[in-house]
Amino acid sequence: MMDVVLLSRLQFAVAVFFHFIFVPLTLGITVLLAIMETAYVKTGDEMYKRMVKFWGKLFIINFVLGIVTGITLEFQFGTNWSKYSTFVGDIFGSLLAIEATVAFFLESTFVAVWIFGWEKVSQKVHCAAIWLVAFASNISALWIILANGFMHNPVGYVMRNGRAELEDFGAVLSNPYAWGQYFHTISSSWMLAGFFVLGISAWHLLRKNEVDLFKASVKFAAPFTLVLALLVALFGHHQGNNVAVYQPAKLAAMESHWETATNAPMFALVWPDEENDKNAVEAIKIPGLLSFLAFNDFNAEVKGLNAFPEEDHPPVLATFLSFRFMVAMGGLFILLAFFAWKKREDLASNPLLCKALMYGIPLPYITIMAGWLIAELGRQPWIVYGLMRTSDAVSPVPASSVAISLLSFIVVYTALGILDIYLLIKYARKGPQPADQAEITEESEGVA
Amino acid sequence: MSLEFLLGVWFFLWALLWAVYFMLDGFDLGAATLMPFIAKNDDEKRTVYNSSGPFWDGNEVWLITAGGVTFAAFPLAYSVMFSALYAPLLLLLFALIFRAVAFEFRSKIDTPNWRKLCDIVLFLGSFVPALLLGVAFANLFMGIPIDADGVYHGNLLMLLNPYGLAGGVFFVCIFCMHGALWLRFKAEGELAERARKAAHILWYLVLSLVIAFLALTAHYTFILDNISKSPFIYSFLVLAVLALLGVRFFMVNGKSPVSAWCCSALFIVALTLFAVLGMFPNIIISSLDPAYSITVFNGASSHLTLTIMFIVVLLGVPLVICYQAWVYWVFSHKVTAKELASDHAY
Ligand code: HDD
Ligand code: HEM
Ligand code: HEM
Repeated sequence: MMDVVLLSRLQFAVAVFFHFIFVPLTLGITVLLAIMETAYVKTGDEMYKRMVKFWGKLFIINFVLGIVTGITLEFQFGTNWSKYSTFVGDIFGSLLAIEATVAFFLESTFVAVWIFGWEKVSQKVHCAAIWLVAFASNISALWIILANGFMHNPVGYVMRNGRAELEDFGAVLSNPYAWGQYFHTISSSWMLAGFFVLGISAWHLLRKNEVDLFKASVKFAAPFTLVLALLVALFGHHQGNNVAVYQPAKLAAMESHWETATNAPMFALVWPDEENDKNAVEAIKIPGLLSFLAFNDFNAEVKGLNAFPEEDHPPVLATFLSFRFMVAMGGLFILLAFFAWKKREDLASNPLLCKALMYGIPLPYITIMAGWLIAELGRQPWIVYGLMRTSDAVSPVPASSVAISLLSFIVVYTALGILDIYLLIKYARKGPQPADQAEITEESEGVA
Repeated sequence: MSLEFLLGVWFFLWALLWAVYFMLDGFDLGAATLMPFIAKNDDEKRTVYNSSGPFWDGNEVWLITAGGVTFAAFPLAYSVMFSALYAPLLLLLFALIFRAVAFEFRSKIDTPNWRKLCDIVLFLGSFVPALLLGVAFANLFMGIPIDADGVYHGNLLMLLNPYGLAGGVFFVCIFCMHGALWLRFKAEGELAERARKAAHILWYLVLSLVIAFLALTAHYTFILDNISKSPFIYSFLVLAVLALLGVRFFMVNGKSPVSAWCCSALFIVALTLFAVLGMFPNIIISSLDPAYSITVFNGASSHLTLTIMFIVVLLGVPLVICYQAWVYWVFSHKVTAKELASDHAY
């Protein structure tokens, strides 16, 4: 029989992972849409308008599920983590409430203006609406990550009345750990959106559909994706330094590093042996590299897992493998984005690259999941690092209730996920509305 | 600002956020609940969908904000309320998920069966939240069995007591009237006429339910005793009754459907404020022992957090109201056939 803690953790993981399937595309594609629509407003070229409408349709299909899955998350801290909510609500709750007040209203209101307003507001106002949506989404991400950052590196609080109370709001807002997470997450999300546009454009270019429109899309997306792929790695490295300072146990788990050492080496081939607190395999040594990557100094001391009591060890294997995978993918994305950029004028002449871009669409998604797995698994057994253990945080609800709700989440979300992917593929393949037809609907709409 | 004052203000803001949420989401939940009864063909159904099209998401964010503000200002109340109401809350959230999906995806797959399915889902996804919100709030008025540690000693069925169910029916009827008035204003032709008739019948129902619910409230809860200590709260009840009469006035003279809808909006806000303020200083009343109740005094955040959040709300919410009002104005036109033909319509 599973206990409430495990069930609640599983349920939270299901809910938040599902939310984060839809979030990154929204974060990035709204920015690309805003750039494309600005080009339309500037040039008046109808092709840009059809381009915006095509990518916009895919964005909206994706957007709905982002919204509905977010709402369950907002309440999940109360339903499943009530002890946690009481303990840190003073700080954590206000960040969530600020997110809703400053970002969600803006986003949900102006996305409606953008969807329904093509003929109701002027072209400039319409374009401003998508910029506002892009801005609001990325601001909402900031507030939620400031909240999450507090869990990773609690700052600006005092212990009073048996809970963590706010003492220094400025410290909460300037939490270096959270900002590191923010830039890394945002850049990876924008990059994901770039690959999404490149992959679907490649599919159409190979079939010679709407060549002009998709070539233009590639020209927007290719440089964007390349710059961001580089930034992801840069910010990721920076975040690695943060982890080394603020959560040394997580860093040790990410590297499967057991014994504290100065001038710590890195091994190309490693397999952890958690039972015996050592590595089963260690081969191809690169001296000093771990110290250098963690602290930018070959001689720095890197704490090993054995420096921490056994009950404070995060799960090593999953954290370690996810990290290796993420970094490997980071390299692959830079290469892929580079070639897409180099061939941006004539992608179709290189079918292999086109196929790689098409079939590569899921990879950034999987990598982002791996990233969050590192962040969250590596923090265990703490829910708030060093302050509160995950096992002390759950609601006093019966395990059977959580089992039922977890099952409902899995069933409902699986169905929604399948439906959404079906619709995305359907509309992505269908392509943009043909130019002549677009004019006809426009006339029948009577352009106000 | 003194702590006393801040706590009072926060309790009022908390009540106000729920009131605004009911006022706004109330009409789209209500319109969709009525849809199977008053929309006869596909065009009329699509009119119902599109009458709420640009608004439902913005309206729902008031729920998120009400939840978020409960978390920020009264964390203990947030954690106890939502873990105690675990099953109904998740049911409500799943219903809202389905509703959103029906809205956005109905016209994305072009088969009659899919549309039929979406229509059923939209109805359930709107009716169930209306009912559950009523049941939940009635139970909060009456008090729920929580102990000294905020642990809930009850189950889903216990919430479905006579008073809770009456609350559910009351909410459904109010939302339906509100939705009917909205459709009267947004739709054209026969659908608008049927909406007017529905609003007419629902008005009598709501009026009798106001009286019945007050009587039940006097019987089952301490709210009226509590209010007798600060009788000015009765002015909200007076306002609500006047607004309800206003609905009738503008509906019968028929010239201004907007005014009728606005009166119904005012009615909802005033009635919610009356009942929720009547709980002061309790946020969650314990039916086991009043000493276990969670109040603004034992459940609030620190002085600093309340102050910061007060500034945020003071600056943020009026801004939100301004741009949302602008959007209501931009999309205040009727849903016409031309509108339904455009490629972005639901
Ligand atoms: C497309 C996605 C993607 C890619 C290519 C990368 N990452 Fe990443 N990574 C994420 C997506 C991500 C993420 C989902 O955004 C995470 C989860 C939490 C966070 O802050 O970012 C993350 C977490 C994360 C963490 C843990 C942070 C924490 O514990 O809070 C580190 C140290 C790195 N990353 C480092 C890297 C490095 C050195 C990369 C080299 C190229 C890299 N990431 C590529
Ligand atoms: C567990 C924490 C989280 C909670 C409680 C949460 C809550 C929500 C809620 C309630 C919504 C719906 C808003 C609406 O109706 O318009 C939403 C949407 C959104 N959230 Fe989250 N969220 C969480 C995690 C995240 C993270 C980590 C990010 C980004 C880094 C993020 C970014 C977004 C974005 C961009 C949207 C817009 C809709 C979309 O996803 O396409 N959220 N979230
Ligand atoms: C959106 C991307 C995120 C993903 C994919 C993610 C993933 C996870 C996973 C897999 C767990 C379970 C870890 C375990 O207990 O074994 C977890 C736990 C948790 N995370 Fe995250 N997380 C994300 C963001 C956030 C954010 C933004 C917050 C808060 C604002 C948050 C708060 C929590 C909480 C409260 C738990 C439950 C307690 C725990 O197990 O630590 N997470 N998350």
